[in-house]
Amino acid sequence: MPETPRRNIDIARLRDQHRLMWRIRALEEAALRGLGDKVVLGAIHPSIGQEAVAAGVVGALRRDDILLSTHRGHGHTLAKGASSEAMLRELFGRVGGNCGGKGGSMHIADFEVGMLGANGVVGANIVIAAGAAHAIKLKGEDKVVCCIFGDGAINRGPFLEGLNWAAVFGLPVLFVCEDNGFAATTRTASMTAGGGPAVRARAIGLPAEELDGNDVLAVEDTAQAMIAAIRAGGGPRFLHAKTYRLTGHTGVDTAPYRPADEVAARKREEPILRAADLLRGAGVAEAEIEADRIAAEAEMNAAYDAAIAAPFPGPEAAFLDVQDVGSPALGAF
Amino acid sequence: MARISYMEAARQALAEEMRRDPLVWAVGEDLGRGGVFGQYRGLVEEFGPARISDAPISEAAILGASVGAAMMGTRPVVEMRFSDFALCAVDELVNQAAKARFMFGGQTRVPMVVREPIGMWRSSAAQHSQSLESWYAHIPGLVVACPATPADNKGMLKSAIRCDDPVVYMEHKNLWPLEDEVPDGEHLVPFGVARTLREGRDVTIVSWSAQVHVCARAAETLAQHRIEAEVIDLRTLWPWDQETVLASVSRTGRLLIAHEAVQVGGFGAEIAAVVAE
Ligand SMILES: Cc1ncc(C[n+]2csc(CCOP(=O)(O)OP(=O)(O)O)c2C)c(N)n1
Ligand SMILES: [Mg+2]
Repeated sequence: MPETPRRNIDIARLRDQHRLMWRIRALEEAALRGLGDKVVLGAIHPSIGQEAVAAGVVGALRRDDILLSTHRGHGHTLAKGASSEAMLRELFGRVGGNCGGKGGSMHIADFEVGMLGANGVVGANIVIAAGAAHAIKLKGEDKVVCCIFGDGAINRGPFLEGLNWAAVFGLPVLFVCEDNGFAATTRTASMTAGGGPAVRARAIGLPAEELDGNDVLAVEDTAQAMIAAIRAGGGPRFLHAKTYRLTGHTGVDTAPYRPADEVAARKREEPILRAADLLRGAGVAEAEIEADRIAAEAEMNAAYDAAIAAPFPGPEAAFLDVQDVGSPALGAF
Repeated sequence: MARISYMEAARQALAEEMRRDPLVWAVGEDLGRGGVFGQYRGLVEEFGPARISDAPISEAAILGASVGAAMMGTRPVVEMRFSDFALCAVDELVNQAAKARFMFGGQTRVPMVVREPIGMWRSSAAQHSQSLESWYAHIPGLVVACPATPADNKGMLKSAIRCDDPVVYMEHKNLWPLEDEVPDGEHLVPFGVARTLREGRDVTIVSWSAQVHVCARAAETLAQHRIEAEVIDLRTLWPWDQETVLASVSRTGRLLIAHEAVQVGGFGAEIAAVVAE
């Protein structure tokens, strides 16, 4: 896809996004390496090729804003400000992981940075996000909740219930459908009736926009405008970002169900290359562009080494943080 | 001591807690008109529609939104109308509310009360009559409370609202009009402490919710036949007061368990197994 010429590119901002997208890419490559090295024992769902959604949308949030994500949430979590080392420790089930090693990839959360959790249940975060926004409204705060979910999630009931809830209560939520074309091994379009996510959102009364989710500047511009409108009390908004999943559904899925030429064509439109092209066009030196990749890989390699050296939690951790009343840690089980 | 109904006791409990803590709020269908049984009557007038909030018929959102609102520091009281309809929100309760604290390594708490009216009532047939307490007792992370008296419905609902864990709070629909003495002033009933309503040496009868009253009458009948039954109201199924039950059975040597739920896989089987062990 040729870049539409832009007159006023904010180079510093684009460079930040380029850097962040490389950090996400390198984190996920480290996670995949962990899978190969058998230090990641559970499933991981890479977002390689989708980094512009994380960088653009999450980059438009304030640190005290709230984020909810999905099983494919590494990029969102890192973009919200979680530490890469704590994330790899979590993926490897170690002490010092964001969730003490008990959540893993699919249930990663970092409440310190307002990241209220990935979710192993498709679509479940939509109603939880509406409720987080409900609490913000009850408390009279000016935070915004951002809820990211996949294209498959719009066929679950909580999509209707959560959007309607946010609309009738006028809640501060930005719903983001990160559409990578697939729900696991199924092309989502083949199982989705009607005009798609934005049409459904508009039918419930939410202002909705569709855009090229591999164009990081467009994603951030649109997200920023929507978040400003939401923060000003305008109620929920909906963003449909179209991207493409360059890997299989999970780290072990080779995705034989799609043609190689489709993937090759989509690789040429991936967001990091496009951001780099824009930087080049704006006169940023090749060595600087390359330095972002090198720095990201160095960070993740160091995080990887630290994470594999960290200890596993003891068996007692299995009974901790279950509940106060009737806690199994007290020998009640 | 005042004589009030099981329903009025719960209404007072919620009103007192909402006065005490501005972060407590209630949400569910038709609450603005007092709720389907009248258990919220008069509350919207005192607390306003933001804190006694109506909801669309969206059980997954009622429960799921409350999980999000609880993680953000408020204390929602969630009205599910009938426990049967709460089945439309099982993911939100079991996978989300119950698991969030553990799965996220203690980064959050989900302090919410999920009110699920249970039990057979007014010939309501199969979709408005179930008692599914054993399902929830099976889920780590949840507290399961089944009050049997007006005093307990006040003291246990207040404890539930103050609890930092998600509490499945099951009121029996047939008990709404039941009147009895309720202590004045601050009345809190702790979880996991059974109530022995009648002492006896011959047989231990363990029950909870509406069946407690059936057991109390049965014990009177037995007394006429010179059989002295000890009747224990468990009050909460998780945690349940094993100590009181085991001590009683070790005195009487006999145990009878009575509940309104389906016998197969019921919570009675759990009690029988623990006592047998
Ligand atoms: C309720 C539920 N059903 C099924 C699954 C299994 N599952 C995990 S991811 C996935 C595909 C989801 O597709 P989408 O929402 O588009 O997200 P993506 O994986 O593409 O990021 C499925 C079916 C699940 N986790 N939860
Ligand atoms: Mg998808």
